[in-house]
Amino acid sequence: MPYGPHTDADRATMLARIGLATIDDLFADIPEPLRASRLQLPPPEPELELAARLQGLADRNRVDLVSFLGAGVYRHYSPAAVDQILLRGEWYTAYTPYQPEISQGTLQSIYEYESLIAELVGLDVVSASHYDGAAATAEAALMTCRATRRERVLVSRAVHRHYRETIATYFLGGGLLAEEIPLVADGPTAGTTDLAALERLLADPDRPVAGVIAGQPNFLGLLEPMAEIGRLAHAAGALFVAVVEPVSLAVLAPPGDYGADIAAGEGQPLGIAPQYGGPYLGILATTDPLIRQIPGRLVGMTTDLDGRRAYVMTMRAREQDIRRERAASNICTNQALLALAASVYLASVGPHGLRDVAALGAARAAELEATLTLAGAARLHPGPYLNEFVVRVPDAPAVHRRLLDRGILAGLVLAEAEPDHPDLAEGLLVCATEVTTSADIATFGRALAAELGTADPSWAAPPVGPAVAGASR
Amino acid sequence: MVPTDLRYTKDHEWVRVEGDAATVGITEYATSQLGDIVFVELPAAGRSLAQGATFGVVESVKAVSDLFAPISGVVTEGNEALAGEPELVNSDPYGAGWMVRLRVADIAELDELLDPVAYDALIAVG
Amino acid sequence: MSVTGPKLQATIFEKSKPGRGGGKIPHPPKDALDRLPSDARRATPPALPELNEPEVVRHYVNLSQLNYGVDTGFYPLGSCTMKWNPKLNEWAARLPGFAGLHPLAPDVLAQGSLQLLWELEEALAEISGMRAVTLQPAAGAQGELTGILMIRAYHRSRGETERTEVLVPDSSHGTNPATATMAGFTTVTIPSAPDGGVDLDAFRAALGSRTAAVMITNPSTLGLFEARIGELLEAIHEAGALAYMDGANLNAILGRFKPGEAGFDVMHFNVHKTFSTPHGGGGPGAGPVGVGEKLVPFLPAPRVLRDDDGSFRLERPGERPDSIGRMRAFVGNTGVLVRAYAYIRAHGGSGLREVSEDAVLAANYLKARLADTFDEPYGGRLCKHEFVASAATIKHETGVRTLDIAKRLIDYGYHPPTIYFPLIVEEGMLIEPTETESIETLDAFADALIAIAAEARTTPQLVLEAPHDAPVRRLDEATAARQPNLRWRPMAGAETPCPD
Repeated sequence: MPYGPHTDADRATMLARIGLATIDDLFADIPEPLRASRLQLPPPEPELELAARLQGLADRNRVDLVSFLGAGVYRHYSPAAVDQILLRGEWYTAYTPYQPEISQGTLQSIYEYESLIAELVGLDVVSASHYDGAAATAEAALMTCRATRRERVLVSRAVHRHYRETIATYFLGGGLLAEEIPLVADGPTAGTTDLAALERLLADPDRPVAGVIAGQPNFLGLLEPMAEIGRLAHAAGALFVAVVEPVSLAVLAPPGDYGADIAAGEGQPLGIAPQYGGPYLGILATTDPLIRQIPGRLVGMTTDLDGRRAYVMTMRAREQDIRRERAASNICTNQALLALAASVYLASVGPHGLRDVAALGAARAAELEATLTLAGAARLHPGPYLNEFVVRVPDAPAVHRRLLDRGILAGLVLAEAEPDHPDLAEGLLVCATEVTTSADIATFGRALAAELGTADPSWAAPPVGPAVAGASR
Repeated sequence: MVPTDLRYTKDHEWVRVEGDAATVGITEYATSQLGDIVFVELPAAGRSLAQGATFGVVESVKAVSDLFAPISGVVTEGNEALAGEPELVNSDPYGAGWMVRLRVADIAELDELLDPVAYDALIAVG
Repeated sequence: MSVTGPKLQATIFEKSKPGRGGGKIPHPPKDALDRLPSDARRATPPALPELNEPEVVRHYVNLSQLNYGVDTGFYPLGSCTMKWNPKLNEWAARLPGFAGLHPLAPDVLAQGSLQLLWELEEALAEISGMRAVTLQPAAGAQGELTGILMIRAYHRSRGETERTEVLVPDSSHGTNPATATMAGFTTVTIPSAPDGGVDLDAFRAALGSRTAAVMITNPSTLGLFEARIGELLEAIHEAGALAYMDGANLNAILGRFKPGEAGFDVMHFNVHKTFSTPHGGGGPGAGPVGVGEKLVPFLPAPRVLRDDDGSFRLERPGERPDSIGRMRAFVGNTGVLVRAYAYIRAHGGSGLREVSEDAVLAANYLKARLADTFDEPYGGRLCKHEFVASAATIKHETGVRTLDIAKRLIDYGYHPPTIYFPLIVEEGMLIEPTETESIETLDAFADALIAIAAEARTTPQLVLEAPHDAPVRRLDEATAARQPNLRWRPMAGAETPCPD
C-alpha cells in the first residue's frame, strides 16, 4: 500500500492490544452471505509508472489548438503566484474551519473573498460559494420562491442552457415551475430577452412570479437591458436575479447598480483553469434584507476572549447539520480552495489589471469580429457585446470540424448546443480574451476564408494537419 | 422554581393569560439548553394558531428549535425588540424576552398545560 | 506547543495602497471600451485592493500558517476521513493536458479525460458492486440529491406517486433529511436501537406504501457495521421502496462489502473522503453516484460512453430522455476526479482492501487505548474505521465537556476530532484515525487525550479555558451571529482592532 505506515510488527501490536487474532476478525460483524466478492481492479502501480500512465492520458487530450471557445468557461492568464500559493499544504489539505482557533487562515481568506466579490457585484452579502455557476443560479431561483412564497420563476432563454437545465432539476422536488422568457427574434435587440413577452408572462394574476432571471452578458454574448428587466420584475412583486461573469464586472455596471436582488455566476474566469468541467466557483450574493434566505456557509468577523479580531463561520443554524430536514439547502461544502484562488487572482491583478483583462478582451473581440466578417462570417445579432458573440457560418458544424483539422477550435457549434433554437442553427459562438493574440485571430480568419471559399489566393491559410476530427463528431 | 403565574408546555414554552390576551415565550430551561440565542423567527400579526402548531423558530449559535403554540389563538403582535436584541430571550426569558401575544380562542385549553410544580418536576428529571 | 503560526494578519484591504501592484496584464488600447453603451458601463471602478506581488504572497503565506492541515499533522475527524493527500495527485491534476481542457471541447479533443472518467466509473462500479456510475455531482450532498431524485423518477415512472416519505435513522448526517426535503419528500426519522444499529421494529412500523426510499449510512455514523443490514434491505424491497446508501464511511469496507451486491439500489461516494482528494479548507470535492440496474435510465446526463471503435464520447442532448437531467453545468469536477483516479490506480484492489484493514485496525486500537478514559456508548462492540467516545461521565464529575477537551487538544498539537455528532450521543467525540497514521502518532494522540482527561479532574480551568496556545482563543460566536459582519467595510472593520 503506497501511503500506509504500518509494518507487520505494528499490526501485530495493535491486534494484541485489541485482543483479536487476525485482521479478518475485525470484519467478523459483516454477515457471511453479504461479504464482498473479490475486488477486481487493475493492479497497483509504483509512482514512476503511474505518473507515466497519467501523462499518457493527459497527452491524449488536445489542448494545443488555437481556441475561441467560451460559452461559460473562459481562458484567462493566471499569475504564477496563484498556483504557488494554492500548492501550500496548509491551504489545500485543511478541513472545513469548524475549529476556528486553528483555521484563521481559511476563515480570513473566505471573509476577504466575500468582501472582494461584494465589491465586484455591488451587493451586501456574499456566501462562501457554491459548487458552480449553475448550482448558484439554481439556489438563487429557490431563494426567490422561499422569500416571496411564490412558485413560478421566469428564466431568460439567453441564460446558459446548462444553468436552465440545472434549475429544472433542482425544481423537480418542490412543485416549483421554471418558465422560459423568449428572446427578441429580429431587429436591433435580437438575441436579447424579449421585454414585451416578459411583461405578458408577469401579468397573470393567478400565477404570480417569484423571480426573474437574466444574464449579463447573456449566453450569446449580448448586453441585456438589465435595469428594465429589474423594473418589470419588481413591478410584479418578483425578485430579480442577475447571472453575471466576474471579469466583466470590472467594466460593466454591477447588479447592485441596476436593482438586482440576487446575483449568481461562475467564478472560474478569476484565475481558475478549465480542467474539463471543474472544480469551479459558484458565486451567490444578495442584499441585506434577504440575508436569512441565502443558503451555504457564511464567514463573519468577530473577536476572541482577549479582544483580538478573528473570523468564524456564522449564522450556522441555517445549515443542514443543524436544521436537517428544515434546511433551505443540503449544501455541506463551499469551494474554499477555489474562492482562495479567485481572491489571490484578484489581489494579484488588482482593480486596474482586472479592468485591463476585460478591456483587452473587448479589443481583441472587436478585431475578431472584423476579421471574421472579412472572411465571410458576419455577426448574427447587431446589439452590443463585450467579448463574445455569434457569427453566422453556412454549414457551421461541418466547417467547425474541418477547422479542427487546421488546428483551430472555432468556438461553440450552436446547432449542437442549442438544438431546438433553429435560428441559431448556423451559429458559432466565439470569444476572445486577453490571451487571444492578433496572430491567432489572423490564423482563424485565413482558415475560415479558405473553408468558405472567400479567401484571397494570396493569403496563406494554416495547412490542414492530420485529421483531428474523427468520423463520429 | 419557575414563575408561579404562568403555565407551561412540555416543549418548554410558557404562557401568561390576562383576560383574553396571552403572552408566550420560552423558559429559562429552554434557553440554557439552546445557549446564546441569535435569531428568533416570529409570525405576522393576524396569523391564526392552533394549540400545538409551530408558530416560529428560535436559533442559537449551534442549535435550532421550533416554537409550539401552548394554546390556540390569533397573533396580535410579535416582540419586535428581538430582531435587534435576540439576547433578551436569554437575559429575561419571562419578561422582556417574550415572543408573541395572542388573542385567546379557548381558555379551557389552559387546563391541558403543566402548572409550575409539574413543569419543575419535568425539568428536574430532564 | 503551538500547532500553527502566530502571525495574525490585517485584511488585504487594509494593506492596499493606491498605485501599488500592476505589471501582470498588458495595457489595452485606450478606446477598447468606447463601443459599449454608456448605460451598460460601470460608473465607478470596484474598490479592490492594490498590492504588489511580495505583499500578496506574504499575506497568503502568513495566513496559511494560521491553518492546520493534513500536511501539518494528525486530523482524527470522524466522518471526514482525513487521510493523506498524495502529492502525485496534485502533479497529475495540473498536467496541462488535463488542466487546460475546455469542458465544451469536442469529444475528439478530450479522449484522454473521457477515458480517465470512463475508467474511473468502471472502478467505482466494481468497488461498490453497482451497475453504473455517474461522476457528475459536485459534492457528496449533491450526490445524495442525485440519488434521491433518481428514486423519485423511478417511482413516478411506475405510477407510484403516493410514495412521499424517506426514512432516515436519527444518527444520520444532516444532509440526508435536508436532501429529502429538497427532493420534495417528507422525512421520517427512525430511532436507533440501544446497540447503535437501526431499530428494526420501529423501522418496520414506519416502512410502507408511502415509503419511497430509506437512506442508510453503513457503517453507521457511529462507526458500527449495521449487522441487520440483510433484513433491512429485504424489508425495504418488500415494501416496494428503494435503498440508498450514504457512502461517507466507505473507507471501512473496501473489498469487504459491496453495497450493490448486498442489495442497495443506489449510493454516493465522497471522493474527498475515501479516495484522498484534498479538502481544500471546505471544498472542492465530488460526489459520484453508483446505481443498480433499476435506476440506470435515470442517471444524470450526459453519461460518458465508449463506442465500438474504442473511442469515448459524451451523450448528446436528448439521447436518453428518462434522465433526471443535469445537476450542474458541464460533465463534472474532472480536476478532482483525476486525483481520485490516480489514488485508485496507485492502490489497485489489494491496496484498497489493505486501506480498509488498516483503517479499521487503527480505530479499534485507539478505542482500546481510550477504553478506560472515556465512556464507550456502544461498549464492547467492534467498531469499524471510526468510533464514538463520550465525555458524559467526565462532564458530570468535573463540569468539563467534550467541547473543552477538544479545545485543549489544540494546545497538545492536534486538530480536535468531530464533536457532538452524531446527535444521539451525549458529549460525543467521533474519532477516525484513518489508515495513513503511524502507531507512534496514534499512541501520542491517545496519551494526549488521557492527559487531558486527568487535567479535567486536577486542573479543570486549564481545559475550560483552552486553547491557550493558538493564534486566537475562543471566539464570540453569539455576537457574530446576532450582528453579522460579513464584509469588509472601512468603518465596520475599523471597530475591530487590527492585529499588531
